[in-house]
Amino acid sequence: MSLGPYTSFIVTSYLAAATVVALLIGWIALDYRSLRRRLREIEESGVSRRSGRSATDMA
Amino acid sequence: MTLIDLTNPSRFLSLTARLLPYLVAGTAILFAIGLYLSATAPDDYQQGATVKIMFIHVPNAWLSMFVWAVMSASALGTLVWRHPLADVAAKAAAPIGASFTFLALVTGSLWGRPMWGTYWEWDARLTSVLILFLMYLGLMTLWRAVEDPARAARAAAVLTLVGAINLPIIKFSVDWWNTLHQPASVFRMGGPTLDRAFLIPLLVMALAFTLLFVTLHVAAMRNEILRRRVRSLQMMQARAASNDMSAAATASQPA
Repeated sequence: MSLGPYTSFIVTSYLAAATVVALLIGWIALDYRSLRRRLREIEESGVSRRSGRSATDMA
Repeated sequence: MTLIDLTNPSRFLSLTARLLPYLVAGTAILFAIGLYLSATAPDDYQQGATVKIMFIHVPNAWLSMFVWAVMSASALGTLVWRHPLADVAAKAAAPIGASFTFLALVTGSLWGRPMWGTYWEWDARLTSVLILFLMYLGLMTLWRAVEDPARAARAAAVLTLVGAINLPIIKFSVDWWNTLHQPASVFRMGGPTLDRAFLIPLLVMALAFTLLFVTLHVAAMRNEILRRRVRSLQMMQARAASNDMSAAATASQPA
């Protein structure tokens, strides 16, 4: 597949999109892990939810 | 499970746990098809291979406005019904919308340089999209600056609804003012002017990016619900510590 004289513009566009999407996915995944860890730590310190369910309970 | 049940944060978390794997798989499949169709699409007779930039620029430009529209609907939910998930939805959508707007600006510039001879022009379409990007950043800053989530939610909802005025300006800027940007060629009266060879990859990529938004939005909403759970538990923890200290102080006082 030849992209002609403007290859750098086309490739940079797709790379920029891939980078931004990867950063978004990474940020959301890391944020989730960090929040779950924080909830576990709070639960281990003896604080529980008013409903009595586990802090890390997803249901 | 009825629709009203989904507005309960705990039920929503349970639904996301079941839904996310399917959303991730659907997004990956659509991107695989979309990227294949984009790679094999023919060159345009005028633009050559740079037409391939359209397959990522246009979906990101559409989504930059769509996400703000979603946030505006959520803002109504916050102001009118004061529903807790409405602000969660708006706050979770903002960074994703900002990223799509950033990509629309960057890929637009990279498409503009070979086609128009310039990366940037202060015309109505480009400037109004830049304003949209700055509004996303402003909203994200507002949410971070106000500590009380309820107060931040109301202020952000008002700002979101005021910012929605920019959406028709972006959409019709190419008709109202003289601009380098081409007029609408897909969603227009009389049907698309785009050839099927370009229209089909464009629509598949648009669908892929839209499903990506739904997937990321659901995951970010789940995170935001957990963040609020952390905050309320930390407040309970602080209250318990404060009560313990008061009890200890009372016990140590001489009778």
